[in-house]
Amino acid sequence: MANILEVKDLTKVYPGGILANYNINFSIKEGEIHALVGENGSGKTTLMKMLFGIEEITNGEIYYKGKKVAFESSKDAIKLGIGMVHQHFMLVPSLTVAENLTLGIEKKKGVFIDMKSCISAAEDISSKYNLRIDQYKRVRDISVSMKQKLEILKALYRGAELLILDEPTAVLTPQETEELFEQLLNLKKLGHTIIFISHKLDEIKHLCDRLTILKSGKCMGTYDVDELSQEEISKLMVGRDVVLNYNKEDTNPTKNVLEIKNLTYTDKFGIKKLNNISFNLKNSEVLGIAGIEGNGQNEIVSIITGLLDADSGTVIFTDQDITKIDIGKRRKLGISHVPEDRMMHGCAEGLSVSDNLISNVYKQFTNKINLLDFNEINEYSLKLIKKYDIKCSSPKQAIKGLSGGNIQKAIVAREFSVDTEVIIINQPTRGVDVGAMEFINDKILNMRNLGKSILLVSANLTELLGLSDRIIVLNKGKIVGQIKDLKNVTEEELGLYMLGLKKDSEDQLKEA
Amino acid sequence: MLRSAWKKLDYYSLIRVTVAVLCSFALASCIIFIFSDTPVAAISKLFFGPLTSQRNFFIVIQTMIPLIFTALAINVIFKSGLFSMAADGAFYTGAVIAAFIGIKIQLPNIIHQFVIILVAALVGGIITSIPAIIREKTGANEFVTSMMLNSVFFFMGIYVVNTYLLDKAAGYASVRFNETASLGNLVKGTQIHYGFLIMIAVLIVVYILIEKTKTGYEIKLVGSNKNFAIYSGINVGRTIIVSQLIGGIVAGIGGSVEMIGMYKRFTWNTPVTYVWDGILINLLSSSKPIFIPLAALFISYIRVGADIMSRATHVDNGIVAIIQAVIIFLVSAERFMYRLKKKKEEKQALLTQQSIEGVAN
Amino acid sequence: MDILFKSEFWFAVIRSTTPVLFATLAANLASKSGIINIAIEGTMLIAALVGVVTSAFTNSLLLGLFFGLLSGVLVTLALSYFSLKLKSNILITGIAINLAASGGTVLALYTITGDKSVSTVLKSAVFPTVNIPILRSIPFVGNILSGHNLLTYVALISVGVIYLLLYKTPLGTRIRAVGESEAAAESVGININKTKTIAIVLSGMFSALGGMFLSMGYLSMFTAGMTSGRGFVALATDAMSGSNPIGGLFSSLIYGFSDSLANYLQNTSIPLQFIQTFPYIFIVVAFTVFSYIKKLKNKAEDSI
Repeated sequence: MANILEVKDLTKVYPGGILANYNINFSIKEGEIHALVGENGSGKTTLMKMLFGIEEITNGEIYYKGKKVAFESSKDAIKLGIGMVHQHFMLVPSLTVAENLTLGIEKKKGVFIDMKSCISAAEDISSKYNLRIDQYKRVRDISVSMKQKLEILKALYRGAELLILDEPTAVLTPQETEELFEQLLNLKKLGHTIIFISHKLDEIKHLCDRLTILKSGKCMGTYDVDELSQEEISKLMVGRDVVLNYNKEDTNPTKNVLEIKNLTYTDKFGIKKLNNISFNLKNSEVLGIAGIEGNGQNEIVSIITGLLDADSGTVIFTDQDITKIDIGKRRKLGISHVPEDRMMHGCAEGLSVSDNLISNVYKQFTNKINLLDFNEINEYSLKLIKKYDIKCSSPKQAIKGLSGGNIQKAIVAREFSVDTEVIIINQPTRGVDVGAMEFINDKILNMRNLGKSILLVSANLTELLGLSDRIIVLNKGKIVGQIKDLKNVTEEELGLYMLGLKKDSEDQLKEA
Repeated sequence: MLRSAWKKLDYYSLIRVTVAVLCSFALASCIIFIFSDTPVAAISKLFFGPLTSQRNFFIVIQTMIPLIFTALAINVIFKSGLFSMAADGAFYTGAVIAAFIGIKIQLPNIIHQFVIILVAALVGGIITSIPAIIREKTGANEFVTSMMLNSVFFFMGIYVVNTYLLDKAAGYASVRFNETASLGNLVKGTQIHYGFLIMIAVLIVVYILIEKTKTGYEIKLVGSNKNFAIYSGINVGRTIIVSQLIGGIVAGIGGSVEMIGMYKRFTWNTPVTYVWDGILINLLSSSKPIFIPLAALFISYIRVGADIMSRATHVDNGIVAIIQAVIIFLVSAERFMYRLKKKKEEKQALLTQQSIEGVAN
Repeated sequence: MDILFKSEFWFAVIRSTTPVLFATLAANLASKSGIINIAIEGTMLIAALVGVVTSAFTNSLLLGLFFGLLSGVLVTLALSYFSLKLKSNILITGIAINLAASGGTVLALYTITGDKSVSTVLKSAVFPTVNIPILRSIPFVGNILSGHNLLTYVALISVGVIYLLLYKTPLGTRIRAVGESEAAAESVGININKTKTIAIVLSGMFSALGGMFLSMGYLSMFTAGMTSGRGFVALATDAMSGSNPIGGLFSSLIYGFSDSLANYLQNTSIPLQFIQTFPYIFIVVAFTVFSYIKKLKNKAEDSI
């Protein structure tokens, strides 16, 4: 089999001096399904963006079907037959499915668009590849899985022979994932080549022929999928054995610090996101919330922290009803929060590290005439920088100059260092390098051991299983399971709960 | 304070600004060559006119005063994230108030000026708060509302002057202000008035407010990331209004100071346009209050130079607007001279990586 | 208030609306592609002068029109080049253009005519008025709709043309795609910069038409600062219309109405300056109300 794609010494440096890819070498055989594996931040997406012409190459060469190519824009890549399905959908919400499909190559009648032809083109290609879509609906009104099918059809409609799929199963239910795999194998039969970007090793084992591993922007080699076991792949991705056993002392949770009673919430699309949720959070414990993204976790976090009002239900913090209390007061009462989207809610990009570290305590550094005591602020900042190993040139450095992991450490430092009883953490190590991840996980356990209550929401099941004392699983806005015996539960069993295929009884859940 | 200012100096930015300024000067010179019969004379008046006499140079200083007031006002107003132009309305109304109180009300010296400036400050604060309050309550964009309201305040100001203060004999101008409604002479032989000292005081107060106080911190936080500020428990609406109030107070003071410092009657029959200069000054000073005087001095210098040029030759001083526009274009273009920075960054990143590998090997 | 029943009043309304309608259409086009064109004011002013000067020196209306349009296009190209390729803040560069326009037009005017405020020295061309044959015989309505300047009809027809362009042609769909989701446009290989540039060039052309109407239709000369903030009013009318040209027509009429009303009220005892504030107050109030309704609508959607 010939190589359809070859990459030599590919390098990418982003503005700001960030080295995303360094001397990458690998090749893709025609007609295979090839996995590109790597942790968040390993450089997968950057590499694919260069292959699709969206990002400029700093150094190196790309060969497609034996010929050297240089892309000025994605148009060049598309012309050659490369198509990309992005992790975050690239569709125009107010246009219909048919309009999105034919965007850029619309069927014309004179100077106007021939909508009828666009619609029939959509119908044709949909049945050819057996990917069912609704041509008339506006994209903002269709489901996630239909959006993905539309994305794949978009690429195929433009004659893609090489399809790049970036984390396609991240937003799919397992059943939809199975469906996707069937369709991909069908495409393979029809002669297409597929690059499958993922960090879900079991899916890769299931679907792919070969895999290339990326770690910290460098290529760690290309292997047949059968050659390596999952542990060996992990090792190459991470560089050391993935630690499953964290250092957890025995603690004695005695009282309920946070009581969540009967929360319900329906979002603006009319979807009931929270359906009568009740649980308690005790001191000295880490309560993990597991669930596929979008099943209510973020709503629970927002309601507890005060960003969102529940439709009904109460939040009680150390016997005080805080359901109606505003965000600022909740912080003062002792609820800290490490948000999921750190750039949007966790920090002020344009300000310094120090400014970001004091955002929850600056009032303490203010004297009677409103002036800030900069000596104390500096001291405090340096203390946190040292304790949390935040790599920066000085506290005055603009925080946007730091790496994702260091920004996260700064946010964690800020939230953990105040007088707090409850810490709500949402995806603490997403997009963070492994070193920072271990550091943050360690600090979380530290807080737990000191008696704090921690609510941990994480899509990283290893992290969740390793840090939590017990886990509640959310599915479609309901708690479907509580797992107390974490040593003996498997990721598969957790998955069954998450998919709503397994549910605990009412009695079992009462204890939550 | 100066030492920390020196440290803040970003050499890359300095080079860019200098090149931008030189480019604009070059373009202006070209235009002068095209439009003027006496280009060399015109150009020399433009660039060196203010230096030709002590009097001319002092004119630069006195022209600087309203520029600094407005630039400071814009600095604070924009810092909270709002793009409001209301500082012009506040400035103009401040001047109208100064004329009104200066003519209609009798008060002893010092108190008269004090009252004038105080009232102008308060009204200025109210004026600039309006677009912010409208935005808070209705979501209406403050650029549009402030621009429209500036026109409204302008016409109302003219109405007040025409109806209550007009000197019928003089045509379009108000009656003379009372003796006490004036900021005396600071430097003999010039028109520089005590307003200069007031400006310095305001500059220092604003600097301390923004850089050293809790309020300034909150304003910066809100301006940098509103969501994060909400998350941090800051009352965003109140903080924004406070920043607008401060800006309006500064603009109101600026307008009244300009009126009673530089004029004996109210003669302004066109709207004030200092906000545009204010934006440019903030651009040149990277929005750091401490560099505003320097940037304002530069703008004032070329303005006076253009005036001198237009009186001596026949080149209209509209050329200043073109110079300013070119500087804005070049300085605000991030990619202008970016190649310099980019190549350096790429090289640095690759070197770092290679040295890491070198060590590992 | 019986002037509301006089056809001359409504005729004047349409006349006053014309320049703002052009500006609004210019804003619509830019906004749909995701660009806020703050420089409409300056562009109008520049084109107003260029049209006058060119037509005076060449004795040709057509050449005046051509160079006026060209100037509008060049100015907006400069705007788009600096913000798209050189990554400057488009609001700031727009402001710079307005600045250059106000000072530069006076500089040019003075240099060419020796007068700093009006161009009466120049014998510049004027666009003709058009009397529509059958229409003008219809009582009342005929007096309102017939007899306008050619450019007024151009503006009205443009509403339909731009609507069709944006919603029924490939180019329009691409412009809207680029404005709504650059990522989506890029994913199908649409050249974002090229599409935005086309939209903004069209925007510049309509700004230029608005400016030329002022100096070669509404009046027959250029006066310093004659755009009087209409370019900024267009930002409000654009927002109120959701960047839809048909809505743009209606929101522009608000300005036309208040402006004409102000003119007619000058003969009354209401102080002149109060009247002069009318258009601005009308627009501010309409804009505020519109924004409030939009805010309530969003809130209602969020809390269902």
